[in-house]
Amino acid sequence: MLQIKDLHASVEDKTILRGINLEVKAGEVHAIMGPNGSGKSTLASVIAGKEEYEVDKGEILLNEEDLEELAAEERAHKGIFLSFQYPVEIPGVSVTNFIKTAINATRKAKGLADMPAKDMLKMIREKSEMLEIDRKFLSRSLNVGFSGGEKKRNEIFQMAMLEPKLAILDETDSGLDIDALRIVANGVNKLKSKDNAVVVITHYQRLLDYIVPDFVHVLLDGRIVKSGGPELAHELEEKGYDWIKEEVDA
Amino acid sequence: MSKYTEDDLREELKTKEYEYGFFTDIESETFPIGLNEDIVRAISKKKNEPEWMTEWRLEAFKVWKAMEEPDWANVNYTKPDFQAIAYYSAPVAVDPNKTLDDVDPDLLAMYKKLGISVDEQKKMNNVAMDIVVDSVSVATTFKKTLAEKGIIFMPISEAIQEHPELVKKYIGTIVPTKDNFYAALNSAVFSDGSFCYIPKGVKCPMELSTYFRINQGGTGQFERTLLIADEGSYVSYLEGCTAPSRDENQLHAAVVELIALDDAEIKYSTVQNWYPGNAEGLGGVYNFVTKRGLCEKNAKISWTQVETGSAVTWKYPSCILKGDNSVGEFYSIAVTNNYQQADTGTKMIHLGKNTKSTIISKGISAGKSQNSYRGLVQVSARADNARNFSQCDSLLMGNECGAHTFPYIEAKNKTAMIEHEATTSKIGEDQIFYCNQRGIDTEKAIALIVNGFSKDVLNKLPMEFAVEAQKLLEISLEGSVG
Repeated sequence: MLQIKDLHASVEDKTILRGINLEVKAGEVHAIMGPNGSGKSTLASVIAGKEEYEVDKGEILLNEEDLEELAAEERAHKGIFLSFQYPVEIPGVSVTNFIKTAINATRKAKGLADMPAKDMLKMIREKSEMLEIDRKFLSRSLNVGFSGGEKKRNEIFQMAMLEPKLAILDETDSGLDIDALRIVANGVNKLKSKDNAVVVITHYQRLLDYIVPDFVHVLLDGRIVKSGGPELAHELEEKGYDWIKEEVDA
Repeated sequence: MSKYTEDDLREELKTKEYEYGFFTDIESETFPIGLNEDIVRAISKKKNEPEWMTEWRLEAFKVWKAMEEPDWANVNYTKPDFQAIAYYSAPVAVDPNKTLDDVDPDLLAMYKKLGISVDEQKKMNNVAMDIVVDSVSVATTFKKTLAEKGIIFMPISEAIQEHPELVKKYIGTIVPTKDNFYAALNSAVFSDGSFCYIPKGVKCPMELSTYFRINQGGTGQFERTLLIADEGSYVSYLEGCTAPSRDENQLHAAVVELIALDDAEIKYSTVQNWYPGNAEGLGGVYNFVTKRGLCEKNAKISWTQVETGSAVTWKYPSCILKGDNSVGEFYSIAVTNNYQQADTGTKMIHLGKNTKSTIISKGISAGKSQNSYRGLVQVSARADNARNFSQCDSLLMGNECGAHTFPYIEAKNKTAMIEHEATTSKIGEDQIFYCNQRGIDTEKAIALIVNGFSKDVLNKLPMEFAVEAQKLLEISLEGSVG
């Protein structure tokens, strides 16, 4: 599904990614771990097509298609979803109105008519129940005054509504208490299927107890320096990142 | 009295249809340019006005000559040459055989963009319309229905003939001729506008609407609206404005006077979309307008405005809260893009006891535009327990525009409670990227953010206007990012 080949990327002339290679197949869950500043969030932004990020070399393919020329919204239409580490506030725009706009924009891009209101409401009801989201929450302004947990739950709600092919969860566990973490992780697990893939970006192993990855990659100074199975995450949790640094330097 | 049915409405609309033909590029009878006593007399004569009206105009003209154009507003423009404007322009004849094919394609395109075809406009339900093109009122629909309730809704030129006692009693009482430069000018040369009277205890069953359009080049439009809601009555009034694109600046100096007698309520909504000039700041309408309302005991006046057009806007719809327990409200969205300049706001004058006012102003600036809120909350010595709440929010797009807030507060009574909140925010790249990532393109993202920002005010508009206003916001900001 996703192939990243020798990806180099920079922001404001500062090189951050220095040759990333990654392949994610449908049905797989990958975790990308690494210390602060290793380039995890940059990788997420580059895949999603954030404008300020410059791809200097290499390529990103989604189902064999090169994404380079595609704007962020076009990538979204193709099924890329990014759960933001810091979701933005949009005052006066309700959660419902926002997701409705997003779904219909994607449908329009595919040449489909707006989703009938009845279907939309039904879908909203189902997905919000799945994520234990209160009905009142849906009429609040997007992310305005939301707690950390509410923000992240809302991200996963949007993911559930948009049914992406590739979901990238950027530090979804940050700011979550254990109950919220469980709900969010359960949501992601329910959305997993053999046709989609999930990339979990995280600093800590905690989330991976709930969303169990097939592969774990360690990102260090803009490169993936080590890959392994879920046991790698436990090792990192125990020993930190220093031993990997030493391994790389050696 | 037989009930007015939907069929009657349909029939009435059908027979009214031809009158919309005036949207076309029609021949106009225009007075020579320039302004002097003779022109003022000529306008008055053209309108067959009674002597008192002519004298009133001449008095206003005298006052105007002695006045200077104000320059305290936060706007910059070349002062109009008042001797280079034609002060009267009227369509010569309305050809009933003209079809939509003859209609100005730009205007049609605009309507199409707004989602209201001319055809749809004709069918617009439950809206009685008075249409002022250039200076003359062309059609007032629904006269019959309204007459049954004793409601008078007609061009002010006709009201001067048919209801001189009402016009004479109220005109100039809220906005006196010497109030300001543009009001004085308007008083001298206004050629038409709307007049409305709602009798005691009557709730007007439909939205009353006036549609203004400046068609002819080199003319000014000086319409005058006088609206009287008698004791215990209610009316909701809508006002829409457009003008074709022209390279030169056109002058629009209107006066609106509202009178809400005891227990009456007036809701006055405006969607102003005068031509704002092109992207380089060439052309556009100068919109210098004086709007003011008087509230007697327990009365309420609510101004709602969506200002997206005009090159320069100078406008402060105000409330004089004279009666005890009266309420004034001002809800405003002002959008400026490219080189537009807006200096708009309100004055809430608390004279009576327990008077309340609410001000919600949303300014949106893009391009190289300047957007100012200017408001005055004044509480007089005898206005015990006056309350005001003001909220002024500014939204900026890009780095070259400006947002300014000038709130003035004068309280002479210790019991007054005045609250003022202000925020300034910028549409951030992060917000746009967030929307993009969800599949929403940048134009749509901005529309979404702007609509969310303006929601508190959009909600105050009558339904059919709210939809139009929302689309107008999108159109006004098209191409403002990139």
